[in-house]
Amino acid sequence: MNAVPAAEPRPRTLAEKVWDAHLVKKGEDGTPDLIYIDLHLVHEVTSPQAFDGLRMAGRPVRRPDLTIATEDHNTPTLAIDRPIADPTSRTQIETLRRNAAEFGIRLHSLGDVEQGIVHVVGPQLGLTQPGITVVCGDSHTSTHGAFGAMAFGIGTSEVEHVLATQTLPLKPFKTMAVNVEGTLRPGVTAKDIILAVIARIGTGGGQGYVLEYRGSAIRSLSMDGRMTICNMSIEAGARAGMVAPDETTYAYLHGRAHAPQGADWDAAVEYWRTLPTEEGAVFDAEVFIDADMLEPFVTWGTNPGQGVSLSDAVPDPASIDDQHERAAAERALEYMALEPGTKLKDVRVDAVFMGSCTNSRIEDLRAFASIIKGKRKADGVRVMVVPGSARVRLEAEAEGLDKVFEEFGAEWRFAGCSMCLGMNPDQLAPGERCASTSNRNFEGRQGKGGRTHLVSPLVAAATAIRGTLSSPWDLQGEGEGR
Amino acid sequence: MQKFSTVTGVAVPLRRSNVDTDQIIPAVFLKRVTKTGFEDALFHAWREDAEFILNRPEYRGGRILIAGPDFGTGSSREHAVWALRDYGFDVVISSRFGDIFRGNSGKQGLLAAQVAYEDVERLWEVVEAHPGIPVTVDLVGRTVSAGALTVSFDIDDYTRWRLLEGLDDIGLTLRDEESIAEFESHRASWRPKTLPIREPAESGSL
Repeated sequence: MNAVPAAEPRPRTLAEKVWDAHLVKKGEDGTPDLIYIDLHLVHEVTSPQAFDGLRMAGRPVRRPDLTIATEDHNTPTLAIDRPIADPTSRTQIETLRRNAAEFGIRLHSLGDVEQGIVHVVGPQLGLTQPGITVVCGDSHTSTHGAFGAMAFGIGTSEVEHVLATQTLPLKPFKTMAVNVEGTLRPGVTAKDIILAVIARIGTGGGQGYVLEYRGSAIRSLSMDGRMTICNMSIEAGARAGMVAPDETTYAYLHGRAHAPQGADWDAAVEYWRTLPTEEGAVFDAEVFIDADMLEPFVTWGTNPGQGVSLSDAVPDPASIDDQHERAAAERALEYMALEPGTKLKDVRVDAVFMGSCTNSRIEDLRAFASIIKGKRKADGVRVMVVPGSARVRLEAEAEGLDKVFEEFGAEWRFAGCSMCLGMNPDQLAPGERCASTSNRNFEGRQGKGGRTHLVSPLVAAATAIRGTLSSPWDLQGEGEGR
Repeated sequence: MQKFSTVTGVAVPLRRSNVDTDQIIPAVFLKRVTKTGFEDALFHAWREDAEFILNRPEYRGGRILIAGPDFGTGSSREHAVWALRDYGFDVVISSRFGDIFRGNSGKQGLLAAQVAYEDVERLWEVVEAHPGIPVTVDLVGRTVSAGALTVSFDIDDYTRWRLLEGLDDIGLTLRDEESIAEFESHRASWRPKTLPIREPAESGSL
């Protein structure tokens, strides 16, 4: 018998390459692979019980030098120099401070220039890099995949596991290519792409997959736009979303505090160039989105998959074939107090929230400001602008954006998660309706009884001007001409 | 973690799909620094409705929750699992689970049993026709039985083994400490580190 020729190496996807490069031990007989974690981000909500577990077992943090913590979920966005009023929020923050000191973890506290939403802070410091593995006890960790990292949210038991071992036992993911080809029209953004993707594949469509966003529309996005897209991968059920690194990625990273420097930079870039999915690599599933056809998007329901173009009407649940989707739509419309057939542009809002780990970076703030500049907000609409980090806040102020927001009648706040999930005092009142640049329109997410419509920063801005759900396209004839 | 084999108890039919973790436990309850005491927070908004299934006396003391598809989607909060455990649930049955929720369940001794949707319907019918009827979930045989009805469920072998043995994940991984140290010895110098702290080129202050 002839010897079997050595097989050609199989072309691999970006996700497979990152996985393979972090394999500490291959699983056997149904046991998971053991995967090394390069960067562990920590915040106050999902960590206290993990540190407690370490303490009880007498275990140290294995790699404090691969771990970083920030305060974001509970932090107030007003009067940050005063003690936190809510005693349970204060306890949680104080617990993180004690744990960080005890275990030697770098922590950026409220008032520190590097404090902010954990998913804004990591990239900003240059810690999030191509080809690394990133975890955090927060499902929006998928954000960091924008750099070609494999990044995903974990539960508190896994936080403890990573603190103790710097690894996680994991079963390999399947891969899905999300191809977005074409050119976005002015007024259409990364947020509209991802809302359209989720509406297409559904909130469960990505379960078990790592999504790789590909195609000319993705390539032409900035890092901030790519982060917006990867951020919401979890809303399609996928734990991780990735974009292959390219010149845009390297330009963003170069010179950042924790990016490689000197000869290390050259070695890193050389490695990063080997990461993109190879010609001939096979994905387990593929989706195609036509960017040319996309319009500004908005959600009408209570999960992020319940979205349509802003020029559409609220759908009629009776027209939905799937019985679960139909029941969910009926329930959603009842909660949202919307009637089938209502034009979304006729829906009046009480509040506009500009912020969250999805859309609180400097480009998001610039986009919002570009629409509202020189205008006044609609009467009776409360507008809140919350930067993603203290540094983003400084950057915005250096550009004079704070003046634009204040002259518009918006509240300019300090950095944090804020009204995305209302753990701090920034909440909707029952029945209030909000156009929000955040990521989840779940029942009660922004405050008990609050009603959320997910939108892009541009739609949020146009809505704040008109008082009804609107895109920059609706401002034509009002002297905008976009 | 306690060893898990068979649970028999009251099953609660929750006829809702897409039960995200914000519904299981709203964010305002995530501020505690303990792993227990979350029973009152479970389904907090829904429980204000006197007709909500958990408020019905015939389902009091429920140990098995039978839910619609896509249970536990959304946020990674493990508090959702703690709240279900604190309330007294040992098993959640659904035709599909959020990935992070399912992982969290296995680590806290909550069995996330994946049952085909048609079988979930049949279980709902039996339990609703006979509220409080004892339902048995057998992790060894991977079956759920209610009256004359027995259906099978899926769970991955590794999670099942850990639940049956009551094994601690960290202890298991630390058996491979040498492999971890070996991996670390080859980690490239340019891979990111959080310490020592490096200052950005342009400095700023608040």
